[in-house]
Amino acid sequence: MTNRWVLFVPLAIMGLLFGAFIYRLVTPAETLIRSQWIDKPMPLFDLPPATAGVEGLESSQLADGKPRLVNVFASWCIPCRAEAPQLEALKAAGVPIDGIAIRDRPEDVATFLREYGNPFDRIGSDMQSSVQIALGSSGVPETFLIDGKGIIREQHQGIILAEQVPEIIAKLEAMK
Amino acid sequence: MIAELGLALLWIAAALACLSLVAGVLYVRGGQAELAALVRPASVAQGVLTATAFGLLIALFVRSDMSVELVARNSNSLKPMIFKVAGTWGNHEGSMLLWLTILCLSGALIALFEKRLREDTLIATLAAQAALSLGFFAFLLFSSNPFNRLPVAPPDGQGLNPLLQDIGLAFHPPTLYVGYVGLSVAFSFAVGALVTREIGPAFARAMRPWVLFSWIFLTIGITAGSYWAYYELGWGGWWFWDPVENVSLVPWLAGAALLHSVAVTATRNALRAWTVMLAVIGFSMSMVGTFIVRSGLLTSVHSFAVDPERGTFLLVLMAIYIGGALTLFALRAGSVAEGKKFALLSREGSLVINNLLLTTILALVLLGTLYPIVAEAMGEKISVGPPYYNRVAGPLALVLCLVMVAGPLLSWRRDDGKRLWSRLPVAALAGAAVLVLLVVFGGKIGILPLLGMVVAAIVAVASLAPLWGRNLRRTPLPTWGMVTAHFGVAVALAGMGAESAFIKERLVAAAPGDIIKVGSYAVTFVGVKPVAGPNYTSIEGTLVARTAGGGEFTMRPEARTFPGLMGTAPTETNEAALLTRPGGQLYAVLGQPVTSDDGRADRYQIRLWWKPLVWWIWLGGGLIALGATLSLVGRAQLPGIWRARRYRKSQERFAP
Repeated sequence: MTNRWVLFVPLAIMGLLFGAFIYRLVTPAETLIRSQWIDKPMPLFDLPPATAGVEGLESSQLADGKPRLVNVFASWCIPCRAEAPQLEALKAAGVPIDGIAIRDRPEDVATFLREYGNPFDRIGSDMQSSVQIALGSSGVPETFLIDGKGIIREQHQGIILAEQVPEIIAKLEAMK
Repeated sequence: MIAELGLALLWIAAALACLSLVAGVLYVRGGQAELAALVRPASVAQGVLTATAFGLLIALFVRSDMSVELVARNSNSLKPMIFKVAGTWGNHEGSMLLWLTILCLSGALIALFEKRLREDTLIATLAAQAALSLGFFAFLLFSSNPFNRLPVAPPDGQGLNPLLQDIGLAFHPPTLYVGYVGLSVAFSFAVGALVTREIGPAFARAMRPWVLFSWIFLTIGITAGSYWAYYELGWGGWWFWDPVENVSLVPWLAGAALLHSVAVTATRNALRAWTVMLAVIGFSMSMVGTFIVRSGLLTSVHSFAVDPERGTFLLVLMAIYIGGALTLFALRAGSVAEGKKFALLSREGSLVINNLLLTTILALVLLGTLYPIVAEAMGEKISVGPPYYNRVAGPLALVLCLVMVAGPLLSWRRDDGKRLWSRLPVAALAGAAVLVLLVVFGGKIGILPLLGMVVAAIVAVASLAPLWGRNLRRTPLPTWGMVTAHFGVAVALAGMGAESAFIKERLVAAAPGDIIKVGSYAVTFVGVKPVAGPNYTSIEGTLVARTAGGGEFTMRPEARTFPGLMGTAPTETNEAALLTRPGGQLYAVLGQPVTSDDGRADRYQIRLWWKPLVWWIWLGGGLIALGATLSLVGRAQLPGIWRARRYRKSQERFAP
């Protein structure tokens, strides 16, 4: 044996490993998976209209100088129905909102908009969830806060609660 | 009374472990011979008592004694008897008691049968084994008492995860545990030998049967586990690189490396420090495996036993054992005299390369498994999936197989390249023939599956080469063992390659009468009917598969629903139907009913796979286990097996 310190290498590796184990035991596991696109420009996409009478959604349209929301929803998603009033409230406060309908049929989207209102400027249809996956969104509903340059600033997972509406308006104001 | 008796036996056994440890340490530090005389009987008694306690726990499950918390939580009087018995170890406390039982029984077996080692090394080994069991006794008695009574017995138990209500469960975890814990003996031998500085052929020969023994069980456990996941989960895959699968693979890799290096130490008295190191790593990885499963550190399909507090306890135990052994290694290995020298192109040289490759694969698998934890500590969330493992482990495994082609044909000490090459032309021809066939007729195949099948052909032929020109009846059993195991690797590799290269998949919504084509089969969906099982209801589909040659086979996949007991939600499982044919397997899963636009639910989701040669994977696993068994039997010191005795004699001629 030329170098006796080599023999301590296994012990050192074990120390590192156990350090990681201890870290993991003391920090509670976070199960929410955050998008990797925060503070990055929207991935490129061009979605057809989700139903008759609405406009489709293209990623370049999101960089028109005004901060806005992109809401990922589906007609088959029950929480999305509960979120509708909050989206209406945001719309009433002058917040532009675009929608992406996930794996949805045009007639179902139309029924959804008729029953729960239509706060959306444009609604793109994402039949294969490909844009949703590109965005790093892991469920519906999810709402992305986009600044005027089309850069994703924040990801809101789950429904927007009534008390979170003023907070979101303030955040969008701050991006102007 | 049964539960109380069981608990009392565990406490007595723990006290005996304490006694073995203290007496052993005192003796090794220069105490009297009377102290050594205590250790053997104490180890034997400890094994008997713990095994009896485990037997009592099984009795409680068999009698469905719902006043015992563990039974009430994990069993149900409606369960079939075999699953009541299997339920004993299908939960945290019971499986830890099983683990401890195997640990103590191994100690008892060393105490009874090991005669080759020097007395002080043996006592040090038994003391190390007692130290291991003492920690796990503390874990069981203080934080996971399996015999805990409930103040009020519920009318019936809460059942068992229906996914686990499968005959595979009855044997899969115990098999893996025997393998995991069998490595504890190698660990204790290594510690014992480091303490007394007796590292040499005698130590290696004492350790070798234990390594083979536990490696056989690990091989069977992993092979069976892979098959279990294949047919029970209904996903059609045979290996998912799931963390829990990986932590069973890592000790297997360490065991594979160890049983090759221990051969070098036993026959040539070389690689001594390395063998000791691998013996420590093997059991350390078994403990890390258990810890990861039990603590919920990693989430996986197996995480039905998640508990961070017990995780902390196990972490401390492991830190003491692994840290202690590695410290001892660091302090003592430097004084282990260097072994015999050898040339790179020799049997020893090829085994060193084998060891380096196996440990590299081990490290890469471990890295992939634990990387998400480390990455999260640095604020990033990442999951490591099959592409990583296939890319890093696949090519290395193929290189390893090529080394396996050459290794057994080389002679000890030194050999020359020309002689090696003269023994390989048939194998090379076989490989070239398969390559040409695949390139011409195979269509588009990925590079890894292609190379896999080519290497499989080379290994299959070359693995038989050690038998050429020999009198087969006078060939020693361990040689047969090596040939069988290496041939098994080729068979499994061919299965893996063919399955991923030529798999066919269909997913359809089929109405009765529809015909689905997959591979060379035309499968008719006849219809569904409801079926009632002992504690579930199910929808059973009937499929008739027809081959081009006119063969007709009926397959009955099921979608089972287990009722929710005591307010829990009902659970649904898929029972895949498998049709095993010489060329592969047809795999059918019955999914959800599909509602048509007019509101009728007359169609069902049906998923069909044609998996060419897929069963070769498990056949190969079985052959590997069989080969290791032949090797073990060939080395056993049983009177009357003349072949084994003669082999030993021939081996002793080699020994210095």
